[in-house]
Amino acid sequence: MDAVISPNARHADASDVNIERTQKKRRSLGRRITLLMLLPSTLWFLLLLVMPLMIILVFSFGERSAVGGYAGGLTLANYLNLGSRAAAFSNTLVLAPLGTLVCLLAAYPLAYFLAVKTGKNRSLLLTLVIVPFWTSFLIRTYAWIFILSGKGIPALLASVGLDDVRLINTPYAVLIGIVYGYLPLMVFPIYVSLEKLDKRLLEASADLGASAFESLRRITLPLAAPGIITGVMLVFILLMGEFLIPAVLGGGKVFFVGNALVDLFLQSRNWPFGSALAMTLVTIMLLIIGVYLKLVARYGGKPGEGAL
Amino acid sequence: MWLRTYSTSLYLFLYLPIALIMLFSFNAGRSGLAFECCSVQWFGRAFSNPFIMEALGHSALIASCSAVLATLFGTLAVFGLQRAGGKVRMLFDALTYCAIIIPGIVIGISTLIAFISLFDLINPLLAQVIPGIPRLNMGFFTVVAAHSLFTMALVMVIVRSRVESLDKALQEASADLYAPPLETFWRVTLPQITPAIMAGFLLAFTFSFDDFIIAFFVAGPETTLPIYIFSSIRRGVTPEINAVSTVIIGASLALLFTSRYLQNRRSGASHA
Repeated sequence: MDAVISPNARHADASDVNIERTQKKRRSLGRRITLLMLLPSTLWFLLLLVMPLMIILVFSFGERSAVGGYAGGLTLANYLNLGSRAAAFSNTLVLAPLGTLVCLLAAYPLAYFLAVKTGKNRSLLLTLVIVPFWTSFLIRTYAWIFILSGKGIPALLASVGLDDVRLINTPYAVLIGIVYGYLPLMVFPIYVSLEKLDKRLLEASADLGASAFESLRRITLPLAAPGIITGVMLVFILLMGEFLIPAVLGGGKVFFVGNALVDLFLQSRNWPFGSALAMTLVTIMLLIIGVYLKLVARYGGKPGEGAL
Repeated sequence: MWLRTYSTSLYLFLYLPIALIMLFSFNAGRSGLAFECCSVQWFGRAFSNPFIMEALGHSALIASCSAVLATLFGTLAVFGLQRAGGKVRMLFDALTYCAIIIPGIVIGISTLIAFISLFDLINPLLAQVIPGIPRLNMGFFTVVAAHSLFTMALVMVIVRSRVESLDKALQEASADLYAPPLETFWRVTLPQITPAIMAGFLLAFTFSFDDFIIAFFVAGPETTLPIYIFSSIRRGVTPEINAVSTVIIGASLALLFTSRYLQNRRSGASHA
């Protein structure tokens, strides 16, 4: 825009030119300040996000060098070899959606309770849901070792005659860990949506003879939809990259793609194959989210405000 | 009625594991999984364990540095974007969502490889220019950098939503009363968004302090507290680790309630 000099400017007298000059100077100073403000974040994004992702994209087509690490090359071998980690993918693709679903089913009644049935102590109850989220994820996860290992629930069950129940290092343990870890993240956005619910709507619907189920379907659920959409997306995204829960509660028997990645990068040092695995994970995740958002949009929903 | 019962049992579900850790940290016996009442010896042991204290120090320092960077860069970017054109904003939106949506484990892996490749490139050059200079390596700075990328995106989202919900009339009023732009910013805009900036900082700090997976990849020989805890529970849960966890849980509770107290006092209403 600065380069365009209006035809009048050429004929303008000296004072006009001066004004235009100072304006131009001010504008370019303003622009420089804007650039300066955006510089650190741009640098960070380029150096720590764009460049690293480009590098693993390139690596995923490369070959493993003899000592581990990366040797140049252009091959699809890594992608063709993905089948050797099929178990990790199938575990992730079963347990991540299932975990999200169980989280949703467990969280919805609590969010509804918080939004509709609580009065004065709502703020406290809400804080109590958030508190676990602010304490270390790792600590909260390993706490389940106490409960699920031999001296916990299995011992209790044995005392009522159910012997030999194994929980730790099974998919059930991982599922419990998932629900426990991500429940607050699901409750919160749903609560935020339901908070706006006008209770009189429910009363009116009951007065008009609607059953509880009808009210749920026609009033509460549509209102909760944005929160549900957000919660499901947040939990699902985090679950797709999960490593800790299967590592701590799955004991190497139930492993996610995340666990395969740790193995490939830190133990067997097969970077190109690991890169291909990572790229595939991200692609699958983006595809699922894309389809999910399309479906949601088709039914007229849209994600609500962020949680946290 | 059943709703209340259900909610109560869900609260039990949420707090039972935390309560167990706290209980077991007062164990008088040596086993991590069997309880004998009661002793505080493990707290003493934890605090005199140099590895734990070193890891705690690293974690605190990393979390502080990365949260400061993230808050600074993120807030600057939000205000820069207010002045920038639509295309720049869209680009930044895309980058921000990328940083948030891409799993932490992939961020960890890719920054690990990027740093190693970069250092392999730079180290020989550096050694030629300044002989005897220590080699660049994975450690404190790489963790801070990787954490601050993700948390910067978080800060940007939080601060931006606050900035966009600001009442423009106040700024216009200030300008009408002949306040220069900088003064309007300092006395009108900034006080209104300070809570969002503080919330962003706290979230960034907590994320960095708790993060295991990114640090696991990029920390190199550096040990953070989550890395220490992870590697010790692999060898078996000890009362010492439970004691450390109890202290951390207590500290984060104190932090959370303080911040809520401050927030409530400031706005007079409850914000979650």
